[in-house]
Amino acid sequence: MIAALAFYLFAAILIASAVMVVTARNPVHSVLFLILAFFNAAALFLIAGAEFLAMILVIVYVGAVAVLFLFVVMMLDIDFARLREGFQRYAPIGAIIGGILFLELLLVLSGWSFADQADDLRLSPNPGASVTNAAALGRILYTDYVYLFQLAGLILLVAMIGAIVLTHRERAGTKRQDIAVQVARSGSVVLEEVPVGAGIKALGIRRPPEPEAEPPKVTHDAHHGGHH
Amino acid sequence: MTQPLLAEYFPILVFLAIAGGIALAMVGGSLLLARQKPNAEKLSAYECGFEPFDDTRRRFDVRFYLVAILFIIFDLEVAFLFPWAVSLGGIGWFGFLSMIAFLGVLTVGFIYEWRKGALDWE
Amino acid sequence: MTWTLALPELVLAIAGLVILVAGVLPKQETFFPVSMACIGSLLLAAVLVLGQPEGTALGGHYVADDFSGFMKLLAIGGAAIGILLSLDYNTKEGLGRFEFPLLMLLATIGMMVMISANDLLSLYLGLELLSLPLYVIAAFNRDSARSAEAGLKYFVLGALASGLLLYGSSLVYGFAGTTNFDRLADAFSADSGVTAGVVVGIVFVIAGLAFKVSAVPFHMWTPDVYEGAPTPVTAFFAAAPKVAAIALLARVLVGPFGDLAGQWQQVITLVSLGSMTLGGFAAIGQRNIKRLMAYSSIGHVGYALMGLAVANDVGLRGLLVYMAIYVAMNLGTFAVLIAMRRKGRAVEQVEDLAGLGRTDLGTAVWMAVFMFSMAGIPPLAGFFGKLYVFLAAVQAGFWTLAVVGVLTSVVSAYYYLRIVKVMFFDAPAGALDPAPASLTVVMAASGLFTLFFVLWPAPLLAAAQAAAAALLG
Repeated sequence: MIAALAFYLFAAILIASAVMVVTARNPVHSVLFLILAFFNAAALFLIAGAEFLAMILVIVYVGAVAVLFLFVVMMLDIDFARLREGFQRYAPIGAIIGGILFLELLLVLSGWSFADQADDLRLSPNPGASVTNAAALGRILYTDYVYLFQLAGLILLVAMIGAIVLTHRERAGTKRQDIAVQVARSGSVVLEEVPVGAGIKALGIRRPPEPEAEPPKVTHDAHHGGHH
Repeated sequence: MTQPLLAEYFPILVFLAIAGGIALAMVGGSLLLARQKPNAEKLSAYECGFEPFDDTRRRFDVRFYLVAILFIIFDLEVAFLFPWAVSLGGIGWFGFLSMIAFLGVLTVGFIYEWRKGALDWE
Repeated sequence: MTWTLALPELVLAIAGLVILVAGVLPKQETFFPVSMACIGSLLLAAVLVLGQPEGTALGGHYVADDFSGFMKLLAIGGAAIGILLSLDYNTKEGLGRFEFPLLMLLATIGMMVMISANDLLSLYLGLELLSLPLYVIAAFNRDSARSAEAGLKYFVLGALASGLLLYGSSLVYGFAGTTNFDRLADAFSADSGVTAGVVVGIVFVIAGLAFKVSAVPFHMWTPDVYEGAPTPVTAFFAAAPKVAAIALLARVLVGPFGDLAGQWQQVITLVSLGSMTLGGFAAIGQRNIKRLMAYSSIGHVGYALMGLAVANDVGLRGLLVYMAIYVAMNLGTFAVLIAMRRKGRAVEQVEDLAGLGRTDLGTAVWMAVFMFSMAGIPPLAGFFGKLYVFLAAVQAGFWTLAVVGVLTSVVSAYYYLRIVKVMFFDAPAGALDPAPASLTVVMAASGLFTLFFVLWPAPLLAAAQAAAAALLG
């Protein structure tokens, strides 16, 4: 009974915040409503028995993806008034497409028929209450689904490469630390005892340092005699 | 028909309800009992008594975005590590090695990032 | 069967990782060695695909048969030639970074996973592994607004299509209880009937895959992305991912949903009709040759899908033959397009080809061969591709498809032949820079295939026949 109540509460807030994401005027408000939607979706997952998924939703979606959204929304100077201008023009088409999708949803729901074992399957997604959701996932993810798991790893690799290819710029004119060079320095930098009060000029240390003596210019006249 | 597993989360629901109730009580209390005297001056920004000289927005630096994306990727790697850590006893050598392969792939990515200088801030 | 069945993908993945490390460690740019290493790994993978035994493995997620072998060879060939085409162009445009061929290699792994997918989950993961590198290389030219626009549009629309695909997959899973193709085929066998929910699920899956294939009405991204992306990337787009997506569409529709053919045949017929018509008419007014090729590729996909709409072994054979010939023709055409440079800058208008017959006869002749072949004029290879799909449609009684196909072929012949006319009969616009060796090699190889396919079509036909039988069997 309480579970049903909680379900309706979370579902209602989820739908409301989803609508607010799309219709809010301020983009930061949109992202905050999205975060609220994610939290409610995580609660719904909990009610359905998928605890691990619910926690991952919070950690990854709210903790990383929504933060990324906030970065973009807050740091880019987007003129949202101009962005929303076309809304009125495309509203009829959007309504038609939304209507078609809604009709399809109704079609699907009208053909809904529960299998005989559906009740048992729904209420016990875990193999017994002794195993936590995460452990149950872990038992099969790395052995039976190893192919998909490795593919997920490759996709993450592509994401890394892609992010760097598209955004990383080598900046000229910035000083970078080269740790290897710093560590390999031995003997070229020496500590000297300096009498108190004397400047470094007294020790013969020039700042800025002297320019290196230029190598003698190679004259080509000497070679000409050799060829002819 | 509450499942036994779900019943363990009931305290969190109670906590949520109490927290929500207290927050509502505070905001509602201020709405009902406080003297409301809105004034535009109260909302204006100021710099030491003067109007602000310039918009504080700086040009967006894409380094922040890159850091956030790299964080997401390694966060997902950790998310995959959780079930593995909990079930490591039961999946044997094959499960162990499959996770090592996954970590290897992401380590190659890490080497790539390091060499490209994406981890240097300046 | 153990995991060693997936040896080609495994070897390619390990090669990719090793090449990534080897490419990033040196201080100087390693574009050329990495490109060569990637082409070498792709050829190694092709050899391994040739020697792949048949079977299912990895928990039922992976299947290897003649069909997957055929399509994988096409995809690998397309990718290898795509990397070859990019060597010169990228260096000249300042895009000579080693991540480019590496991303194409990773996309090829995705393609191979897609083609061998035996499960809705590996289908989706292969699709994502293919798509992500494509989004990145479409936007590879960071200093060009058009390239960034192409990447962004492709990414947003591709993510939407992936979402549709997942939604459809989840509906199918809900109604069948499994995501494995073999078990889905059992679940949907004709006697149990089909609910509306499954049909909706199939429609969404087709929608997601039709986007990747750039079939009407999910083709909107194609002209902008093809025009904005760097030309070698466009060449790659037009060749390899289309092969993989069509292979996947064929496998999904004929395999698990084979007994529901009555439901999806109409959808594919409509998609095919729309693609052929749009490809025929929309390209007429195009001045940018990359955009023209985008619409032409939409049209070609329409013809290929005609073979799928018929859904029997003759139709599938036609589909496979068409895709093989299409890849060869397309890569040759794009080799010519990439070679279009004047005074060191790339040019993209159809008018820039004017007078090529006088200034560079070799390139002009090859381009004319490709254009005639694309228009479907015998005895070039393109005619045979169209012949086999039309044959399948007529034999199965799909008269509308065949008639529309012939009519739109005639319409599309206009813009193909217009290019030939511009090359040979217009006053020269200014000589194009001479093409580098890598491009002339691809042009010549592709042109020779197109010219002389008529003399020896048997191997391709036999391979396609075996592949179609493996898919249906």
